Amino acid sequence: MQWLNTILQGILLGGLYAMFAAGLSLIFGVMRLVNIAHGDLIVLAAYIALVTVQALGVNPLVALIIVVPAMAGIGYALQRGLLNRTLGDDLLPPLLVTFGLSVIIQNGLLELFTADSVKLNAGAIEIASIQLGGGLAVGTLPLLQFGLAVAVIGGLQWLFYRTALGRAFRATSDDQSVAQLMGLNNAHIFGLAMAISLAVVAVAGVLLAVRANFDPSIGPARLIFGFEAVIIGGLGSLWGTLVGGIILGVAQAIGAQLDPGWNLLAGHLAFLLVLALKPEGLFPKVQG
Amino acid sequence: MTVRVEHSNPSSRVGVVIVAVAFVLLAAAPWWAERASLRLLAEIYAYVALASLWNLLAGYAGLVSVGQQAYVGLGAYLLFALAMLAGIHPLVAIPIAGFTAAVISIPVAALMFRLRGHYFAIGSWVMAEVFRLLASQVSALDGGSGTSLPAAVVLSIASSRQMREFVIYWIALAQAVAILGAIVWLLRSRYGLALTAIRDNELGARSNGIDVARIKYVVYVAVAFGTAMVGALIFLQKIRISPDTAFSVNDWTAFVIFITVIGGIGRIEGPIVGTVVFFLLRQTLADLGAIYLLILGAVAIVVMLKAPKGIWGLIADRFGWQVFPLERRLVMGDR
Amino acid sequence: MPEPLLEVRGLDAHYGDFRALFGVSLDAAHGQIVAVIGANGAGKSTLLKSIAGMMRARRDSVLFAGEPIGDLAAHAVVARGIALVPEGRRLFPSLTVEENLLIGGRLGRPGPWDLKRVYELFPILAERRNQPAPSLSGGQQQMVAIGRALMSNPRLLLCDEISLGLAPIIIRDIYARIPAIVAEGLSLVIVEQDIVQALKIASHIYCLQEGRVALSGEAGALTREKISAAYFGV
Repeated sequence: MQWLNTILQGILLGGLYAMFAAGLSLIFGVMRLVNIAHGDLIVLAAYIALVTVQALGVNPLVALIIVVPAMAGIGYALQRGLLNRTLGDDLLPPLLVTFGLSVIIQNGLLELFTADSVKLNAGAIEIASIQLGGGLAVGTLPLLQFGLAVAVIGGLQWLFYRTALGRAFRATSDDQSVAQLMGLNNAHIFGLAMAISLAVVAVAGVLLAVRANFDPSIGPARLIFGFEAVIIGGLGSLWGTLVGGIILGVAQAIGAQLDPGWNLLAGHLAFLLVLALKPEGLFPKVQG
Repeated sequence: MTVRVEHSNPSSRVGVVIVAVAFVLLAAAPWWAERASLRLLAEIYAYVALASLWNLLAGYAGLVSVGQQAYVGLGAYLLFALAMLAGIHPLVAIPIAGFTAAVISIPVAALMFRLRGHYFAIGSWVMAEVFRLLASQVSALDGGSGTSLPAAVVLSIASSRQMREFVIYWIALAQAVAILGAIVWLLRSRYGLALTAIRDNELGARSNGIDVARIKYVVYVAVAFGTAMVGALIFLQKIRISPDTAFSVNDWTAFVIFITVIGGIGRIEGPIVGTVVFFLLRQTLADLGAIYLLILGAVAIVVMLKAPKGIWGLIADRFGWQVFPLERRLVMGDR
Repeated sequence: MPEPLLEVRGLDAHYGDFRALFGVSLDAAHGQIVAVIGANGAGKSTLLKSIAGMMRARRDSVLFAGEPIGDLAAHAVVARGIALVPEGRRLFPSLTVEENLLIGGRLGRPGPWDLKRVYELFPILAERRNQPAPSLSGGQQQMVAIGRALMSNPRLLLCDEISLGLAPIIIRDIYARIPAIVAEGLSLVIVEQDIVQALKIASHIYCLQEGRVALSGEAGALTREKISAAYFGV
């Protein structure tokens, strides 16, 4: 029963990882950009939520109304002002510029908010739980978070395959120069893709901040979790990232159950195992 | 009439003389420099070595790793394990640590090379995290809290403190020179031509029949070997080790990348110029703490966008300089 | 002489150090079909790419409806009413046939062309509307590429080697639809290696040779000898 509980917690945690992964996967799909600052942007979203909650005295989940558009705006500006200049045939500029960005965000947050860890309080919902019978219980908040993750990924799936914007994303991903002939301004399309990626990051950042303590240094680990979920799930598949996130979450939960020191290690080993046995991921769609 | 390949040009002939004079002066530093300067110089040598190795990996072979701290930490931990648990003399343990790390890097590379281009970067970071977490599980070396080299091991380097510092200084200098020399030798060999081709146009190199995958493999393992030896020496000098310092992404990857980018990626002189700039900035801005790193990151971004060949690239393009005789020119004439 | 819709004036183009066009000038009037012919590497595709904004040119070296557009990006050029059917078709492989057409019409310029009209022009496409673009035959893919360009309701359509790699019967089939396209009131500049096909359909011919206009004139006034002299540079 304890194991069943562990696995259940892992699955719910996996929803959060899937959200880390979805934003990463989206921009890679559209513009072949791997954003090393992705994790630090998640932490930035958490701090924006912190400031919002402190300034307005609202529930963190209500703060999403401000954090999501704020992050989307930052994403669009970042893409058009900086990242579009790095795109091209050469791998180095985007990697190094986003790596520099990661260091800048991390140390900027450190300067503004110190290294002390903080947490957002979502109120009574945090301790509420639903009894599933047989001693099995799930917290209302983790369940809500998981539901939100599924909704976000479902929404991205719909956007990508059912809307004109999604069509534009896929066309640009296929052939940038011909997409321009369709009247698509690549610089703008890439800006929108980054805006959506960071809107997802905003939701993930707020959920992260409600779930556990955070401080400016935890970004890179979130990047790694998101990345592992993408690779486990298979490049370019949105539902794959959900499965990848769940596998990662369950592996970590089982590892932690065995020995607290094995929490992260078990997740990494699950990733390496998939890489060794099925390097294209469990649900491959496009080749990177 | 014969045709031969000439590597040097007038500037590189001057360059080689300058390098030789500098080497003699630096080797004599224990007689003219004070203790603090010696430590600083040794640290500079370590960064020249690390940055040159990363430059070979990313700038030439196109393997943009952000996880080279894996091999710094691995080399350091191997040194501590060999010295403390196996009783091997620490100076002998350095090359053994390098060799062992190279052996370990073979299966690691096999796994990492399954990730294409961009994703290789983050994959290499995951690997460094795995190494760090494993190191903190080694209870014989006090796991997560870290450990120090016992006095007996430290004394085995040299009995007097002064002599120990001299010995470590000379080894650090010799190591940096050896690594630079090995890279120059590699780039002048037939591998060098292939590596330069890969740097300039990987697709083109592949279609010209260069076995790109094999060359990348060789470079990855060779760089792991060098990086681990540098890491072993760094922590032999520090005497204390912990997983967080040995596998620090800031110290062993962020700084190294910024040094290489600012100095000039894909050129052998770049990391040297970058290290000098890095230490000048550090000596003047170190009091700023987090702001210092923030500035460094911003400078690296600006350099990457505005002058992607770095400071040395600007100088070399402008004046046609090269310090190391690497260029290949066909010379017609009797000889 | 009707008023020119497109005026190319002394257009130069470069690929790095290589100069591909040397002061090319060309006119296309309303409702006119202009053919650009020439050997491989003469600069025909470069000319179309420069007009369409895929390569930037000097601002006043391309005039469209009297306005300079030489320095506009491709997405701004198509918004003004110039569409390009690129060499090799270049459909979006991860989009279906209908999605390829819809993305061509995403700017919503007013005009006669919509999904229904394109399907009337190429009925086979209506049957294949939900198939992925790469699953179509070469000729059908070329129809999608033409339809995709028409969906933007251009005033000027640029066609780059639409017969390339297609069987003669399919080429004839596609060329047979061109009068119906022109009847909707747009002008056409086609690049074609198939001189016979080009002469049959165009009212004006420009022959490019090594980046320069070697010969131009009304299709009827040009003799076979003159054309082959210009074509082969004899």
